[in-house]
Amino acid sequence: MKDSISKPITRVDAPAKISGAAKYIGDIHFENQLFAKTVRSDKPKAKIVSIKTPSLPDGYYIIDKNDIPGINRMRTVVSDHPIFADDEVNYIGQPILLVVGPEREKIYEIVSQIKIEYKDESAVFSIEEAEEKGTVFTEYSYSKGEPEAAFHDAVKIIEDEYHTGLQEHVYLEPQGITGEYKDETMFIYGSMQCPFYVKGAIQDVLGWDSDRIRIIQSITGGAFGGKEEFPSLMACQVAVASLKTKRPVQMIYDRDEDIICSTKRHPSIVHYKAGLGKSNQVIVLNIDIIFDAGAYSELSPVVLQRGMFSATGVYNFPHLSVRGRNFMTNNVPSGAYRGFGAPQTIFGTEMLMHNIAVKLGVDPLKYKINHLIKRGDPTCTGGKIRDEVKLLEIIEKVEKMSGYRRKIERRKKFKGIGVSLFLHGCGFTGKGEATIKGKIILKKNGDTVILKVSSVEMGQGAETCLRKIVAHTLSLPMEKVICETIDTGLIPDSGPTVASRTTMIVGGLLRQASLELKDCWNEANEIEISKTYKHPDFLSWDDDKFVGDAYPTYSWGANVAEVEIDSLTYEINVKKISAVYDVGVPIDEKMLRGQMQGGIVQSIGWATIEVMNSSKGKLAQHNLTDYKIPTSMDVPEIACKFIENPYEFGPFGAKCAGELPSAGAPPAVAAAVSNALGIPIKSIPLTPEYLMEIDKHED
Amino acid sequence: MKIEFILNDKKRVIQVDPASRLLDILRDDFELTSVKEGCGEGECGACVVLMDGKAVNSCLIPAGLIEGRHIVTMEGFRKTERYKVIEESFLKAGSVQCGFCTPGIVMSTESLLRENPLPSEEEIKEALSGNLCRCTGYNMIFEGIKLAAERGKGLW
Repeated sequence: MKDSISKPITRVDAPAKISGAAKYIGDIHFENQLFAKTVRSDKPKAKIVSIKTPSLPDGYYIIDKNDIPGINRMRTVVSDHPIFADDEVNYIGQPILLVVGPEREKIYEIVSQIKIEYKDESAVFSIEEAEEKGTVFTEYSYSKGEPEAAFHDAVKIIEDEYHTGLQEHVYLEPQGITGEYKDETMFIYGSMQCPFYVKGAIQDVLGWDSDRIRIIQSITGGAFGGKEEFPSLMACQVAVASLKTKRPVQMIYDRDEDIICSTKRHPSIVHYKAGLGKSNQVIVLNIDIIFDAGAYSELSPVVLQRGMFSATGVYNFPHLSVRGRNFMTNNVPSGAYRGFGAPQTIFGTEMLMHNIAVKLGVDPLKYKINHLIKRGDPTCTGGKIRDEVKLLEIIEKVEKMSGYRRKIERRKKFKGIGVSLFLHGCGFTGKGEATIKGKIILKKNGDTVILKVSSVEMGQGAETCLRKIVAHTLSLPMEKVICETIDTGLIPDSGPTVASRTTMIVGGLLRQASLELKDCWNEANEIEISKTYKHPDFLSWDDDKFVGDAYPTYSWGANVAEVEIDSLTYEINVKKISAVYDVGVPIDEKMLRGQMQGGIVQSIGWATIEVMNSSKGKLAQHNLTDYKIPTSMDVPEIACKFIENPYEFGPFGAKCAGELPSAGAPPAVAAAVSNALGIPIKSIPLTPEYLMEIDKHED
Repeated sequence: MKIEFILNDKKRVIQVDPASRLLDILRDDFELTSVKEGCGEGECGACVVLMDGKAVNSCLIPAGLIEGRHIVTMEGFRKTERYKVIEESFLKAGSVQCGFCTPGIVMSTESLLRENPLPSEEEIKEALSGNLCRCTGYNMIFEGIKLAAERGKGLW
């Protein structure tokens, strides 16, 4: 691996982070800054009758909807979330107004004196209830082949339903934004994934031209999708506050507030009707997906789309019909979360395949292998699998690493092993990349190259990875390739830092620009090359009918989980995860291993101990004492390997990676638990209560 | 209330409410921003500092308790040779991603290695059980600590 791009290097951002010198938004003090605290709804659905505020001491302000010069809605896919509540609230935690001032204690005192009178209205608290009442935000469907006719031919029909729960991101750094109105310009600083999303949102709320708005990302302490759309809301609020007070306004959430009001992973129910042919093969599948979008739609339509286009997993079902619906409830809005709808539907499909196999008395892995999609096959939306699918190689490797075959034959009660197969569609869904047309600039300045992109470092290693792609291409040392500050005044819009698109799409543009720069390196001291994404001509997508290539290519993986279950308490101990991934070619094998391990542990949390319930719209867990994420004591041994499968259009052959692990571990762990207890698993999180109940029920 | 304590090897006298949190004193009064607030209730460990050599959550320590104690934050610790070893080992092992938990984890590592210079994997896991990390899945942090113990033999 000596000269390979995959050979690990030291992360460029790590030294300042280890020493504690790295400044996150809460560590940056602005001269004359004020603090802001949000007053929120404590009603799930109500009309606001009146708001009584105390008389404010000098230097203290209340900021609400009346202070907004532009539009009182946050710009995103569906711009329906009010910046401050109009005259109604639709979830507990919805922002109504800010109290702003110089002393935190005094702000809290003012907040406690604000009295809001509401008139309660009837609310919807669960997806089941929403389905009954028909509070649909979005409904989509697509089909393939002739599902109706195929059900006639089926010799056996199996129906099943799978549930997944809420998940909180728990980025270690809570959300934080500072707004500073200065020199007729609005400056927004903060923890975020998508500076240009924030910029667009500020344009709407202030009604200003874009050249008076600058968004500057601060070092971001984890995000996982939680800092995709949500920071836009906070940014709009502090922008309005700073405009009114003419002083910098900082708003940093504490953990409780962050959990109460920030977006979560969509809870889901996926209903399946499978028709089996003579050889017990699934010949037709009907998939009905419902997501709890919460009180506002926001990003939910595209989350649902990815969920729908990932719902067939790694399989080729000849006949298919898929329906997806997002429901409005009076819960906190659901939003982007690593995997973006796909982990929910892949969980359902993997468990369906597992449970059918067990019911038929055949080995789940063999049963799954009989359905694998291959190169040249149509995708679920009638696109084409163009690139080599190395699933069999992946499976062989993960079997060897885990001893799966040997271990599954010696099944013991309370000890189990399970396997999952999964994929992730690389980059934006459908026309996303073609619409956003990401831009990058590469600038040679003497012996240094400056890289201008809007892809942010948020812990995933983007800065090191992108600089490495350029440095490696130009045979320059890393320190001669630097990133421009993430400041929308200095960088082009390369698109948001989402959808596992940074390495493949933005890195791909940088690779092209570097190759061009290499060719003309000696021609001048200063050279600037800019590149704009061009969607490959061979990809077609009909956004109305959902026909064509939903993704340009796919990354693939297999996980084997080994678990032990306490026979008295039914607590799950995940002992080991063996994981093999095809992400094309790893740009830095070690950083990627870190991404995969982190994704595995985070999604094991979702599948096991991360329980979040909402009762009448109020979250029962709102701090890290109630909402448990995996600690050092909970993590399994993880063996993680990559197989190479270079992608023609990715930089050095790289495809997508960051979200891939989120889909893999939950069904592997659930299959292992199913194996350990000898019962079908249809729901996560796998709490001891749930396992005890179904185990007794089965007995 | 007047409180006298040692902060990163310097004697300090402050006038504070004895109930105020050590975390706020360090961040607001001394601008020691390596000490992070991740939860404010002793669950996440992002605010870990050393009090007389032992790792404590500074969000749970009231000012009244630090009288006469020696508090060390990363700003003090990063000048030591032991820090250098931990830094190199964490870099080598890929122990850092978003970095928000990292200063707290370095503090817990120092506290562990002082007590137990050659910890087993189980002992490392136990020592880190009060430090949450959402990015790495911990395994590469364990590797970083093992490497530090090995490279820094004789320093602890």
